[in-house]
Amino acid sequence: MKQNPEERAYPLFHSPFDPCPPKHYKTYVVPVNQYVVFQPAGLPQFSPAEALKHGTLWPSLYSPYTSRKFKGE
Amino acid sequence: MWVYEKKLQYPVRVSKCDPRMAKFLIEQYGGADGELAAALRYLNQRYTIPDKVIGLLNDIGTEEFAHLEMIAAMVFKLTKDASVEELEAAGLGAHYANHDNALFYENASGVPWTAAYIQAKGDPIADLYEDIAAEEKARATYQWLIDMTDDVDLQDSLKFLREREIIHSIRFREAVEIIKEDREHKKIF
Repeated sequence: MKQNPEERAYPLFHSPFDPCPPKHYKTYVVPVNQYVVFQPAGLPQFSPAEALKHGTLWPSLYSPYTSRKFKGE
Repeated sequence: MWVYEKKLQYPVRVSKCDPRMAKFLIEQYGGADGELAAALRYLNQRYTIPDKVIGLLNDIGTEEFAHLEMIAAMVFKLTKDASVEELEAAGLGAHYANHDNALFYENASGVPWTAAYIQAKGDPIADLYEDIAAEEKARATYQWLIDMTDDVDLQDSLKFLREREIIHSIRFREAVEIIKEDREHKKIF
């Protein structure tokens, strides 16, 4: 599966005494809005139909998300 | 102030992969008779209690925080490696929807902790009797939790915590006796 570019991961400590099979890392998302301090004017836009589907007019503010279940997490 | 020692008061060993148990253990984390309620109750009441028993509330309140992080260690060990599907299967789907696998101060039914669980009446007898009742209720909760797991290592840690409730109860009852016997002495201020 394609890696979500917004996804970050940190390693999970695993003790030899942990009861469950280890999950080696934990993921979290840093959405694109965190890097846009103040939205500049004149950014490229989706077509109206694409904008409706994506929930935003601007591709650079679109944040994808994939179910953890689908990724087996 | 406090000095923190980076170790648990008593070892926490969880040997059975049973995330279901985390949902029940959380009762002692953020429930009405849990360790958070106990710690905050005693450490708050200690200001308005006769001098002779302030130290007792201080020491027991501090120990309750040590118990709180033992419970946290148990819950975290049971949930940190679980997948979304495993959490749902363990009855933690509602918890996942609100918290992922983060710990939260809530009871086994997911009701968030509230200061309404604890009281500070300012009356030493009333407050100490509440404290005694809290210890006995926590002891009973630990019994029911021990009943719900067959993990002998988890049971061992829970049995330690249960025993501490018994000791705290008798110390609070001794505090009541200390306050009662005060009338035997003539006081000149």
